[in-house]
This record gives sequence, C-alpha cells and structure tokens, in this order.
Amino acid sequence: MKTIFETSIPGRPGVWPDEPHKRAQDMLPAELLRGKKPDLPELSELDVVRHFTALSRLNFGVDTHFYPLGSCTMKYNPKHLEHVAALPGFTDLHPLAAQLKGAGQYTQGALEVMYELERLLCEITGMAAYTLHPMAGAHGELTGAMIIAAYHKKQGNQKTKVICPDSAHGTNPSSAAIAGFDVVNIESRDGIIDPAALAEVLDDETAALMMTCPNTLGLFEDHLQEIVAMLREKDALLYYDGANMNAIMGKLKVGDAGFDVVHLNLHKTFGTPHGAGGPGSGPVGVCEKLTPFLPISRVVKLEDGRYFLDYNHPDSIGYMAPFYGNFGVALKAYAYILRLGREGLIRVSEHAVLAANYLRKKLEHVLEIPFNRVCMHEFVASAVQQAEKGVRAVDIAKALLDKGHHAPTIYFPLIVKECLMVEPTETESRETLDLFVDDLVDILERADNYPEAVTGAPITMPVGRLDETKAARDMAVTWDLARELDEKQAQKPAPAADDA
Amino acid sequence: MPYIPHTPEQVRDMLEVIGVASMDDLFADIPAELRPASFDLEPGLSEMEVCRRLETMAAKNRTNLTSFLGAGFYDHHIPKAIDPLAGRGEFATAYTPYQPEASQGTLQAVFEYQTAICRLLDMDAANASVYDGGSAMFEAMMMAVRSTKRTKLVVSEGLSPIYRIMLGSYTSNLNLELVTVPHAQGTTDIAGLIKAVDSDCAGVVVQNPNFFGTVHDFSELFAHAKAQKALSLMSVYPVLQSVLKTPGQMGADIAVAEGQSLGLPLSFGGPYLGVMSCTKKLLRQMPGRIAGRAVDAEGRTGYVLTLQAREQHIRRAKATSNICSNQALCALRALIHICLLGPEGLTRTAELSMERARYAARRLTAIPGVELLNDAPFGNEFAVTLPKSGYQVIDRLIAHDVVPGFPLGRYYHGLENGLLLACTEKHSFEDIGILAERIQGACQ
Repeated sequence: MKTIFETSIPGRPGVWPDEPHKRAQDMLPAELLRGKKPDLPELSELDVVRHFTALSRLNFGVDTHFYPLGSCTMKYNPKHLEHVAALPGFTDLHPLAAQLKGAGQYTQGALEVMYELERLLCEITGMAAYTLHPMAGAHGELTGAMIIAAYHKKQGNQKTKVICPDSAHGTNPSSAAIAGFDVVNIESRDGIIDPAALAEVLDDETAALMMTCPNTLGLFEDHLQEIVAMLREKDALLYYDGANMNAIMGKLKVGDAGFDVVHLNLHKTFGTPHGAGGPGSGPVGVCEKLTPFLPISRVVKLEDGRYFLDYNHPDSIGYMAPFYGNFGVALKAYAYILRLGREGLIRVSEHAVLAANYLRKKLEHVLEIPFNRVCMHEFVASAVQQAEKGVRAVDIAKALLDKGHHAPTIYFPLIVKECLMVEPTETESRETLDLFVDDLVDILERADNYPEAVTGAPITMPVGRLDETKAARDMAVTWDLARELDEKQAQKPAPAADDA
Repeated sequence: MPYIPHTPEQVRDMLEVIGVASMDDLFADIPAELRPASFDLEPGLSEMEVCRRLETMAAKNRTNLTSFLGAGFYDHHIPKAIDPLAGRGEFATAYTPYQPEASQGTLQAVFEYQTAICRLLDMDAANASVYDGGSAMFEAMMMAVRSTKRTKLVVSEGLSPIYRIMLGSYTSNLNLELVTVPHAQGTTDIAGLIKAVDSDCAGVVVQNPNFFGTVHDFSELFAHAKAQKALSLMSVYPVLQSVLKTPGQMGADIAVAEGQSLGLPLSFGGPYLGVMSCTKKLLRQMPGRIAGRAVDAEGRTGYVLTLQAREQHIRRAKATSNICSNQALCALRALIHICLLGPEGLTRTAELSMERARYAARRLTAIPGVELLNDAPFGNEFAVTLPKSGYQVIDRLIAHDVVPGFPLGRYYHGLENGLLLACTEKHSFEDIGILAERIQGACQ
C-alpha cells in the first residue's frame, strides 16, 4: 500500500481551522522561524479516513482474530470501557487543575477514581498501597526496582544485586540495571526456580529477587514459601512481575504470600486494550514498610470524604510520570473491575486456566510439551520434533496466520527450544479453541508430509516473510531515508554478466 | 458471567478432557495455606450501572471552566475523525507487531509516524514512541551518556520543572551529574549554558519555547556543544514546530517532545505521547521500537520492527532501555492528526494560538500592576507578574469559572506573583476579554 506521503496532493485543503489574522512572520522575528512549512501530507478528510481504514484492515486484533499470544493476555476488551474513558468530564480535565491551591475540589471525580482503583488493587493483591503512575509494565518494574533501592539505602544496607531467573521477561534484568543494580541470572530446574541455585548466589548484597508467578512457562512456582524464607533471612525483597496475574485472581494474594513489591499490567489482566503496543498502565503495589518510598503524588481521602494529592513524602523516589500515570487506561481498568466484581474476577482466572489446560491436553499428542503438568493460564509447547524435519516454531506461527489465527509467542521463554507459548484467555469460546486445535493439527500433519507447505507460509497475508536482516542493514526508518536508499541503488551500475 | 462464553455443559466437558474433576483441581499447585483468607470486593455491576457510576464521577470534575492552563499540556481542538479511526478494533485491540505479516497496518502507520515527526522537526530518525515528554528526555540523556561516554549533563532551568524533577528521580541511582543553569527572568540563559558546557559534558538540555513560553534560537549553543563533542538535546512543542525554527535547523542531535498537543485529550495527565527523534548517526543508540521498510521474497514492500538487537527482549540487562509497551495508539492519533490538518492546518493552529496570546498579553499588561515577566519573543504562552500572589488571583477567578493560568510560584521561588498563561485556537477574543476583566477585578 502506498504511504500517505505518496498520496499527498499539494494545495489540497484538509481539516483547517479559520484563517488567522496574523501570520507567524508578523509575530516573531525571522531568525526564530523555520521559514518553510513542514512537508507533511496534504489530504482531504476522506483521503485520510480511507487511508487509515485500509491500513487497519491489514492488521489482526482481538476484535478480528483469535490472539493466543502467550504472556500478553490478549483477552476481549469490553466496549463500554471506551465509553467511560471518553466521558468529557475526564478527557477535558487538565492535570494541573488538581495542583492549583484549593482546586483539588474541581477534580474530585478523577481523584476518587484513582483512590478507589488503588484500594481495589490492594484487595486483589494483598498489598498495603499502590501508585498508578507507571505507564507500562516495564515502567512499573523500574519504579519497583527504584523503591527497592531506596528502601535498602534508607536501611543503610549495601545491596548491589538483583536476581532474575532465566525464565524472566527481558524487561526484568533491564529494569533492574537502570535502577543501578547488577543483575545475576539463575537457571531454572523443571521449569521453576531451583532453591539450590538461588542459595548459591543469594548473599548479603542481594537486594531482591524478581519473580513472575505463574512463571513464563505457565507454571506455579512450587518453592515459593521456601524462597520467601530464604530472602527474608538476607533482608532481600521479593518482586512480583504481574504479567501473569490473570491466572490467580482470588486464588493467591501475592502480598499475603510474601511478595514485597508488585507491578500489574492493567492492559493485560484488567481488560484495557493493548493499542498495537500501548498505552498500557503498570501500577505498583508495595507492602507496608515500603509505602514511604512510593512515587509522589499520592491520593489521600480526608475524613470529610474529600480527596487530595499529597506531595509530602520526603523518602519518596520522586516523579516517575509527569502527573498521575496513564489515567485514561486506569479509568478503563476501574470500570472493568466494577463490572466483573468479586465472582467475576475469580471466574476470569478459573476460565483462563481452564482454557489453557484444555488446549494443552488437546495438543499434547501433536506437540512436545516439555513441562506437561496442570498449567496455569498459559503453557509452552515445543516444535523440536518438527524442527528435525525442517519445520520450525516460526514456520508454524506463520502457517497459523494463514489459518486466521494470530500466532502464539515464539522463542520465548528462552529456556525452551523452538517454543510456542500459548495463552488463550477466558474470553475465547470452546468453538474457537477447537478450531485452533483443528487448524494446528492440520498444519502439523502438513509439516510431516509436505514441510515446504508450512515453511513457505504465510501466503494469504498482505506480505510474505520480510527480510529483517536487510531491513536492519538498510535502516530505512522513514520514507525519506527509504527514498534516499532507492536513489543510491538506482545510481549503482548493474553488475556485469561475469560477476553474477 | 460477562465476557466468559462457556456454558456449564461445556465447562464440564472441558474439565473431562483435561482429566480433572473440578475447577478447583486446576489450582492444586497453590498450597492451601497460601489461599486468600478474604477477597473482599463488591459483586459485579451491570454495564448500565458501571456507566452510570462513572458518569456520576465524571460529573464531579469541573470541566466547564474557561482555562488558560498550559505549562506544556495544551487544549487544542481534536478533529472528530481521529476517534473513529484510531478506535478501530484492528488498531486498538492489536498487540505489538511481533508478527509483521499480520500487523502491516500498525507497522506502516508507525513508519509514517516516524516520517511525519522527522519532517516536522527536521530530524533523520524517530522511534515509535516512549511514554511521555519527560521520559523521552531521560532516554535522550541516556543516549548522550552512552554515545559520549561522559556523565555530566547541563540542564537549562527553562526545561519544564516537571521534567527536571523526573530527570532527578530517574537518575538517582545512576552515577550522573546534572548541572542546572538558572533561567534569566524567564528567558533561557544561553550565555550561561555555553559557559557550563565543557569537554566533560555529555549533553546540554534545553526546551523551546521554554517553560515560560519564551522562544529561542539555540544554534550558537548547539555549535558550541558540538565543538566540545557534547550532544544537543532539545524538547519542543510539536504544534508550534510548524512555524518555529526546527531542532534540525539549529543543529540538535536529539529532539524530544510531549506529543499530547497532536490530537490527544488532556485526560488528567495521560495517556500522552513521548516523541523521540535523532540524527542518523545516533539511530542505533535510540531506545524503543522502530519500524523500518523491508521486502519479502516476492519483492513486495512491507514494514518490520527493526534494529531489535538494541532492545530488552534480546539484550536483557544490557539493552538501550527497558521500554517494552509504549504509547503506540497515541502515536497513531498524532499521525492522523497531522494528516488531517496538513502543513497549512498545523500552521494556522499555531498562528491562531499565538495571535490570541498576543491579544491576551496586550489586554493584561493594560491592567495597572500587571507586567510581562520579560520582553523576549513568545509563542502561545507567556508569563506575567501580578501585584499579588498568583495563587490568590487564581483562587479568586476559579470562583468565577475562569482558570487564569498556572502559578509560577509552584516551581520557582521568587516568582510567587508569577502567572503563566497559554492560549490556543479554542479561546475566543471574548474569553480573553473576560479573563482580563476578572484579573483586573482580582488585582484591585
């Protein structure tokens, strides 16, 4: 499809506001002006609507396709959440309106949403307090790691390292590093953290262990209680990566289980859409002793029922966001929790786990499942047997696209070869799950008999497999750089016949 | 139960396939002693009740005020075509485009967004977004630190105080030195910055227009930084960039912005859009997702996430940044906004905002005791000093449904009587007339 820059017609009127009385050169000296207008598309509203509608149709989304992308919780996003987040009483609210003296009273509704959502998240996870400021899961991890650093500093502890299991999301070690820690990796055993491996690296310099539970293999960390005790002995904290929270609502309150810091992904567990990569929201919850270190501001409810923003926390790690996080996302999560309520959230986890185990059972005869036991909300299969015949996990993923299913997560976690990580979520019907199984079985049969039919996939998508190596070398990351590259290549003389 | 499609019979069948007797057997791995003692939430509400409750809460916010609040976050008109386009499920309910063949819509839009940002700012390359303008500046600083292998950053006090607090927080565990160069009566002290940028400096950080609304040309500063082999980092206001001298023209190495003014509602602070762009030379240092053009075996053009070797899922603890989820849908909104308005529409928006600010400045300075903080050129925002505290005047006016601006005393000692006012195309001349009358009344 043509880029929007190629469809531009110079002089075509767009959605223009009225003509100003004065032009820029009447208001500012020439040396402060750019001189020439930016070379941006000139299109009618209809041109723009057609272009982006056409682009949208090249995408898979939850609204259009089954999307069993492991670790991402691609569940259905109820539409009334969009209505709620689009209420002008929220969208028109300037964030600084809450910081004018005496004007907290003009943002009471928004502060109430934040206060109530924090309270609900505390109850769901068993934590003492939350901040809604982190704007994504990884941002929550960074916030959590900084809180851990601040706590140890205040205690006078000399803590330099954070331990991550090899099954961890890549963001865990990366976030810990940006918070100033050295990262130590430990190897899993039987797909879960091995207390013996932990004991080898756990010492007085250990600030924390970052754990995902259930982990990225969809397995509950069986040694959790032992690990909590080991960490406490060294005054090391336990961090909970909430990417997989969808499995355990009402079944495990992580605060009660001994986790000290938690981040949640509201865009995973709590029904807000992923937006093709964001915005998300990554609230962080902490146990009582860590509350002084939460970012500022914090929402407080006064005795008379009014809400206000409290900036007076001298031990706080400071500002993680310019204001109060991705408020619009938090709003949707709040409405989602209200809608589902106690029983609804418990059933979310039960049915997420039911669907994952159903798929696991249906597929165990055709794919290797390295840790084949009752899983939580997701499981990891391996295409090692298929790979021996030349059909790799990536090929299976691409063939699934041709069948009208988004692919599972592939090649993550790193500890399972040729892995496919499948997370169906609670919102997919049995009919959809069965269709996925039938289609996957069909692909695997073809992998046996006509492997090239699978390795050549996809054939029905707008493009086939793209040359990523060449893309990284070309660095054509804008239309202008792409054209520059094309012109350069057009100028190159064609290779002589005997060179070929 | 809402959004769970299985019938009781289907659940029974599925449990049987799995080979367990009950739902609870699926959770047998969680030890009994770890099961929650309580899960004290209200019962679920109907869709109607949820909407009603949230509508009631929304109504508790007073949004019918005539407001001149800006301070980096501006109330521009949002074309109505954006919501239905960006709201399409194919965009809104997709994930990060890890399967490019099933995500060409997202990837081409990111590629177009990167191109539009580069053309607006005159930079070579942009990423698919970071969280907001402040975290964008933090990432820009880290790029400067990595590429110069130096640890000192010189930061102008004209950079938003909100961002300066963020930078202080983000760097608190990193061995970096932040040197702040004070503002000069609301203008950016270019001579002071030049003096502070030496050969130990990784980068110099400025904002245009600065927090006080003052417009500058940083060409000389950036040339000096270049001579010291330090990088020039600049935060800008995208709407005004349609008329102002660009970061590229001034010689900036990295330009960042809060993209909220490009089609995003104020929404009480987020979701917003961290715009990041840089020179080609620094591209591999840039964090976050980047879409690049690619080709398939049949020669068809497509787009992929490229240069992924910089990112956390590959490099883990050694990645350029920990960022994973970004503000993709906000970037899409910004792109659609730019395309709907085009160069003329964006320019008019900037000019309408600026001419209204000039009218407001003229009306306000006609009030005895009200003066401009400085006589430097400004864009659509300017600072005045009042005969009494900014807070006091604001309190008086809010009672009359007018928010006259932001009290500079909130962040700058010595400017307790300062008021920062922003205008956009949404303010009518009548609104400004009422503002002037009210301020005059409050100052008497």
